[in-house]
Amino acid sequence: MQFMLCAGTGCLASGSMEVKEAMERELKKRNLQDEAQVITTGCNGFCARGPIMVVYPDGVFYNQVKPEHAPLIVEEHVLKGRVVESLLFKEEAKQEIPLLKDIGFFGLQRLTVLRNRGLIDAENIDDYIARDGYAALGKVLTEMTPEEVIEEVKKSGLRGRGGGGFPTGLKWEECRRYENFPKYTICNGDEGDPGAFMDRSVMEGDPHSVLEGMAISGYAIGAGKGYIYVRAEYPLAIQRLQKAIHDARDYGLLGENILDKGFNFDIEIYPGAGAFVCGESTALMYSIEGKRGMPRIKPPRSAEAGLNNQPTNLNNVETFANLNPLILHGSEWFASIGTEGSKGTKVFALTGAVKNVGLVEVPMGTKLKSLIFDIGGGIPKKRKFKAAQMGGPSGGCIPNELVDVEIDYESLLDAGAMMGSGGVVVMDDHTCMVDTARFFTEFCVDESCGKCTPCREGLKVMFDRLTNIVEGRGEEGDVEFLQEWGKHINSTSHCGLGKAAANPVLSTIRYFRNEYDAHIRDKHCPALVCPSLIDFVVMEDKCKMCGLCYRNCPSGAIIWEKKQVARIDLGKCTKCRTCITNCKFGAIR
Amino acid sequence: MPKISIEDLKKIKERERGKMVLREGEYRAKITVHMGTCGIAAGARDVMTEFRDSIAARGITDVILTNSGCAGLCAKEPMITVEVKDQSPVKYVSLDREKAKRIFEEHVMGGKPVEDYALARGSETTAG
Repeated sequence: MQFMLCAGTGCLASGSMEVKEAMERELKKRNLQDEAQVITTGCNGFCARGPIMVVYPDGVFYNQVKPEHAPLIVEEHVLKGRVVESLLFKEEAKQEIPLLKDIGFFGLQRLTVLRNRGLIDAENIDDYIARDGYAALGKVLTEMTPEEVIEEVKKSGLRGRGGGGFPTGLKWEECRRYENFPKYTICNGDEGDPGAFMDRSVMEGDPHSVLEGMAISGYAIGAGKGYIYVRAEYPLAIQRLQKAIHDARDYGLLGENILDKGFNFDIEIYPGAGAFVCGESTALMYSIEGKRGMPRIKPPRSAEAGLNNQPTNLNNVETFANLNPLILHGSEWFASIGTEGSKGTKVFALTGAVKNVGLVEVPMGTKLKSLIFDIGGGIPKKRKFKAAQMGGPSGGCIPNELVDVEIDYESLLDAGAMMGSGGVVVMDDHTCMVDTARFFTEFCVDESCGKCTPCREGLKVMFDRLTNIVEGRGEEGDVEFLQEWGKHINSTSHCGLGKAAANPVLSTIRYFRNEYDAHIRDKHCPALVCPSLIDFVVMEDKCKMCGLCYRNCPSGAIIWEKKQVARIDLGKCTKCRTCITNCKFGAIR
Repeated sequence: MPKISIEDLKKIKERERGKMVLREGEYRAKITVHMGTCGIAAGARDVMTEFRDSIAARGITDVILTNSGCAGLCAKEPMITVEVKDQSPVKYVSLDREKAKRIFEEHVMGGKPVEDYALARGSETTAG
């Protein structure tokens, strides 16, 4: 009897030598070494199930043999002549792991910008090239004039992904018109909305796609130099972009005479200090010049006089990352995705009260509902969806009633929010909308550059009024006051930050007026968030006497014994809300 | 002086295909650890170290260990993708060193996906 034990690389790696030793030891122990021999063979091809051992003369096929099986095999097969059933190869049972396309989170996404996600090593330029990287740059340099590139981008319907949604092709066309050199193209990576991380992820995961898009735009508008403005809080993004720029220069994909086509273009990174206002294009350009980041009056537009007073094009990270597939697959392909006015896909950072926090890319026109429930997996802890804040502090909230809204630039504006750069903060029924509005207003107060009065002073007044409301000092007429001020701040501020700064307040008033009224009139916060407006009283009819509040209270303010309704000692209570978050029955008000 | 030409781009693409498409190359398996900021914060470096150690300890040369950016599902990082030749790639979620060890033994070496930690198999729908 022979045991033909596979000793190919695969089986060696999975331990066939150990099996050999164990088998020989076992045979010797039972004095069977003359009856049966272990013979090592070359690879028999079924490495995945190794170590493989075939028994002759009967031809029994054992797989995944381990040293500890040796006594069993010798005992059963050699001595008793019985096949060891448990080691026989069986057809793989029905695969239990579901397919990616059958999982909502992945199945409904369509990757254009994130086409290389998870597939390439961000720090390896060859990986990027293997996935058609720089082929679009090659195509425009060999087959297309700058005018044709601009025409192609115009026809595709690509609009700026930074928030405003200005048609990219038109922007380039205008910049090309000014014959005043040098010109610049800038990548805006100053992603500052709370809860947004789309651009960071693209810069970290696929930096070359940004560089390639910038080079294509440089060729189209006639710029020889590009800047990436990225906030210093993104160290990994900066590190990977630097590596990418270095590698691209080595290959001659940046620098002089790119791909031997006579095109010169290079890129420099400018780390920003993290001021929100520096995401505004003119402020950003001042920042690169080393000046204080403050928006300026337009005109002249940046396309005419931007960085260093020279013609400058500025696009968002995601816009640039769209260009490789747009050029390679063509404008018709690009325009076939999305809605009438919004073409292509959009990347969203899904955060907040949603199960699948993450980064998703969907075709324009996808319903918000699908984004939150099918892809996001819905709301955790069996809570209810209340609203989604879209567009960050410049956007607005979309309530449950409008969850069927299709995601495109116009529909979101109609709903009182905006596309923004793609941050989606999901809020459940434990979120207070007044408190949320106050949070975003505080953010804008902090980030206002102070140049114009309505934004600098007006937002502070609104913030103080909101603070009064959440702390129980709200008065009749406060809501009308906030609406009036919000309208004026939005219409009289100069830059995009101020023009949109009141949106979170205005949209929460529009959809959740009753919550404002409850805060002001009843001095009660319906979502039990604002500590000054909570009674901290246990409702006897709802209390199930479980003692969870008692066990979790950090200040020993809960009086409870088994089979007794809990009570709160308001003398000891610090209003930290731990009892409320722990009560499964909503018994505390 | 141009350093590479359009032709070279195609050559690099062909050369790298063996690493991208396992059945066309000499590699038996590929482990991709997703290392965006989210993954690293959740412990992807530990997972990476575990695989690196396992591979070094056995002197294996036909398994690619590489990293990539955020895989998208930040809530379940650290994530990895394991692809064994002639099988569809499998995405694993919420990993640590112990789980990585088991995946290495059972899936990378044994060819059998570890259902306990797997999220899904297959590839995402990409452009084109």
